[in-house]
Amino acid sequence: MDFSHSLSLILPEIVLSVAGLVLLLVAAWGGDKTSRAITIASCVVLAACFAIVAPSVCAAAMGPDTVAFGGQFTADAFAGIAKLMIFAAAGAALVIAPAFFGRYGIMRAEYPVLILFSTLGMAIMVSATDLMTLYIGLELQSLAAYVLASFLRTDDRSAEAGLKYFVLGALASGILLFGMSLVYGFTGTTDFGGIRAALSGGMATGALFGIVFVLAGLAFKISAVPFHMWTPDVYEGAPTPVTAFFASAPKVAAIALTARVALDAFGAQAGAWQQVVIFAALASIVVGALGAIGQANVKRLLAYSSINNVGFILIGLATGTAEGVSAMLVYLAIYVAMTVGSFVAVLMLRNAEGEALEAISDMAGLSRTKPLLALCLAMLMFSLAGIPPLFGFWGKFVVFQAAVQADMVALAAIGIAASVIGAFYYIKIVKIMYFDEPANVVQGRSDWAHWALLAISTAAMSPLGYLLTPWLGELADGAAAALFLAA
Amino acid sequence: MGGFPILSLMLLVPMLGALACLFSGAKAARTIALAATLIDLALGLLLWANYDVGGAQWQFVERAPLFSQFQWALGIDGIALMLIVLSVFLMPICILASWDAIETRVGEYMAAFLFMETLIIGVFSAQDLFLFYIFFEAGLIPMYLIIGIWGGANRIYASYKFFLYTLLGSVLMLIAMLWMANHAGTTDIPTLMAYDFPAGAQTWLWLAFFASFAVKMPMWPVHTWLPDAHVQAPTAGSVILAGVLLKMGGYGFIRFSLPMFPEASAQLVWLIWGLSIAAVVITSLIALVQHDMKKLIAYSSVAHMAIVTMGLFAFNVQGLEGAMIVMLSHGLVSGALFLCVGVIYDRLHTREIARYGGLAINMPKYALFFLLFTMASIGLPGTSGFVGEFLSLAGIYQANTWVAAAGTLGIILGAAYMLYLYWRVAFGVQRNADAAAMPDLNTREWLMLGSIAAAVLWMGVYPESFLAPIRKDIAALDARVSSAAPESDSRLVIGQAQAAPAEDAAHGGAH
Repeated sequence: MDFSHSLSLILPEIVLSVAGLVLLLVAAWGGDKTSRAITIASCVVLAACFAIVAPSVCAAAMGPDTVAFGGQFTADAFAGIAKLMIFAAAGAALVIAPAFFGRYGIMRAEYPVLILFSTLGMAIMVSATDLMTLYIGLELQSLAAYVLASFLRTDDRSAEAGLKYFVLGALASGILLFGMSLVYGFTGTTDFGGIRAALSGGMATGALFGIVFVLAGLAFKISAVPFHMWTPDVYEGAPTPVTAFFASAPKVAAIALTARVALDAFGAQAGAWQQVVIFAALASIVVGALGAIGQANVKRLLAYSSINNVGFILIGLATGTAEGVSAMLVYLAIYVAMTVGSFVAVLMLRNAEGEALEAISDMAGLSRTKPLLALCLAMLMFSLAGIPPLFGFWGKFVVFQAAVQADMVALAAIGIAASVIGAFYYIKIVKIMYFDEPANVVQGRSDWAHWALLAISTAAMSPLGYLLTPWLGELADGAAAALFLAA
Repeated sequence: MGGFPILSLMLLVPMLGALACLFSGAKAARTIALAATLIDLALGLLLWANYDVGGAQWQFVERAPLFSQFQWALGIDGIALMLIVLSVFLMPICILASWDAIETRVGEYMAAFLFMETLIIGVFSAQDLFLFYIFFEAGLIPMYLIIGIWGGANRIYASYKFFLYTLLGSVLMLIAMLWMANHAGTTDIPTLMAYDFPAGAQTWLWLAFFASFAVKMPMWPVHTWLPDAHVQAPTAGSVILAGVLLKMGGYGFIRFSLPMFPEASAQLVWLIWGLSIAAVVITSLIALVQHDMKKLIAYSSVAHMAIVTMGLFAFNVQGLEGAMIVMLSHGLVSGALFLCVGVIYDRLHTREIARYGGLAINMPKYALFFLLFTMASIGLPGTSGFVGEFLSLAGIYQANTWVAAAGTLGIILGAAYMLYLYWRVAFGVQRNADAAAMPDLNTREWLMLGSIAAAVLWMGVYPESFLAPIRKDIAALDARVSSAAPESDSRLVIGQAQAAPAEDAAHGGAH
């Protein structure tokens, strides 16, 4: 492996870090008045990275050609498809931010830069094939995210969210590091391939502890039950564009990372982690569904919804098969589109003074005051509930199909039965928007960028989305094959 | 018909109509909706006229591999044809029924109905397992909105109950479908209908499908969403709910449970029979004491659907044909009865039976139609109800006399509550001045009830028109079921008793 080939493989990461540093200098000297230009530049950078990664995904890149720096980094199709989702979600988080922060007069130039660094961290996470690379990516992503969570300095809730996120995130990192050190101690290597080889014969109890601790640390990052407690508080407190970001991009990164760790590094000991993942999946579905029922704040509700969705995604992982990983990726793509769409719709809920509204009761009768917005949000809610013919159903469909194909019929049956509980609160939002008398609070107008994002995600979730299934399935299959080839 | 995709066109017309209604005013929406449903009715009649009775089992077949793991596969047999014709016939009537009654958000209302029509036709014509599921489940959304937005006082509760009950039933079916597709390696419904699943798996699959269809049907004891949904739904919502949506459950049993899992059907027949007996007796008794007209008719629907399940699981031709005719007849009759309630509800805005009385005096035309549909519901010879109930009971009598006895008891109770209802509403003294002042049917209402009355009498006097298209499919289903499934004991005993003299003679001759 020559050095130039390695460098060419990490081209998106190089572009992201150089652009991030340059834009940071521009922000430092130019001040907040450059925030608009920096936001646009960041979007361009993300689009460029998207374009760089896309060919490798379409070509289902895999094998030794995709490994850089002696096995520390892999730019295969699996990493690529996750990166595409991350870049798209980060771009959305940039587009929706100026209108939100502008109202408080604190659209600071650091925001797009932090998003870029966080994105860089995530790109490293999904490509990591070494515990060291993994940790560097994870921490880079997390540190940027802690700052983003408390970005709304004038708001106590935002500061609280940042602090909570930091303390719990640091704890999770500690647990992860402890697990990694155990794994290293019992296998003698930090390389995923090496760990796999060391574990293939048998496993010491210490290594099992290592696996469990690593998974626990990662479960924090993807907010799977029982490590989900921080999610509602952070989602509620963080500024809404940041929440939209948290609910989409880092989730993709952490889940892709978990899949790679589980199937590549610990692939030889699937039995050891499968039961952990199955428990986390079912517990996330049930807790995510039950916890959402009593919520009065729409951001808290969406936080529980994301916990619920993580459960379905983990069902795909729990199968431990290529079909399961492919299904997981399809679900992730659909989930990102639905989540971004939902948060954009929430951002568009403003009162006459332009202040953001978060109480679910404020949405009462929205179908009569803002029919188009209500229609889009209703479609997204039905889609999140997994009701056909909306596209959200397809995500659940492929995941449960993978579970059935892997002979996990009981897991599939319990999971899908629990999804009915989740449907309750999604249709409750529809009920509030369509059945209740108008509260007439939502008055504000939204700019074209919000409408465009909402239109894109709603169109993707409409039955038209099914026309994407052959293409989406092919890409996900290629990515899953890449992961299993490495494993 | 060559390669003309008439089924896709029938799906497209209401779909486009729905989109147009969504963005148009009240007046335009009504016209668009009526036009779209009438076009679909014309297409439906064209479908019937071009259906080759005795021809290929699956006709008007369309295939297009649009999606990754399933395809756009449409096609109908006689059973689906009849149910599609019923749906497209009832749809314009539903639109007319809501012509004046719905004043708020007309565009959305009409859009929901047209969307519903697309999905209903889709359910009956889908030939791909997952395409069927998508159409089957998608019906939840428009129906949830119809009940929740335009329903009565307790509409929120009713809409939640409807949505969550039916969803829970259906998701288990989805898992079963995934297992079947994985095991058989195909999602093609005609292929799966001839596929022999292992007997052990059949039981589980059958139960999963049963969970869905029993809720949709609805069977006792999971019927409780129906009275709530009916009472709160607008008149047209009730018509479409009773007329067509309930038939999806019966259609599911005919299309999936019986041909795909014949062994399990025979093995679990006691469950169906038990629940049907409970339903027909209990819900009839409940109907007897109702004060609310719509609730009474809703409970009578549950009782009639129990007759359908008895007929379906009689494992013989009479039972299956009878069940089909009861479904068609109930679609017409219960729809018409809900319309009759709607007519007087529009005038007095109450469904309390006690508020009416003596309507035969001031509304003679109405009383005549109401009487006809009451009689059809009871099963008076000459109406559609008689043909279906007679065939179903004849079928189930061959299978199990006790079930037949319970079914007959239900018919008697049905006569009791329907006549009691009619007596309280149309006969006797005019107790209330406002009820006595109500005007008789207007042209629109006369047209709606008259067209259904004609269909009811047609089906009652000459059922052959409706039996001919389904005969071959029923025979094929009977062959599939009776060859695979052991017949019940009681049927065998009766069979010997009837054939005994002839057999003796034959034996005597041979010896």
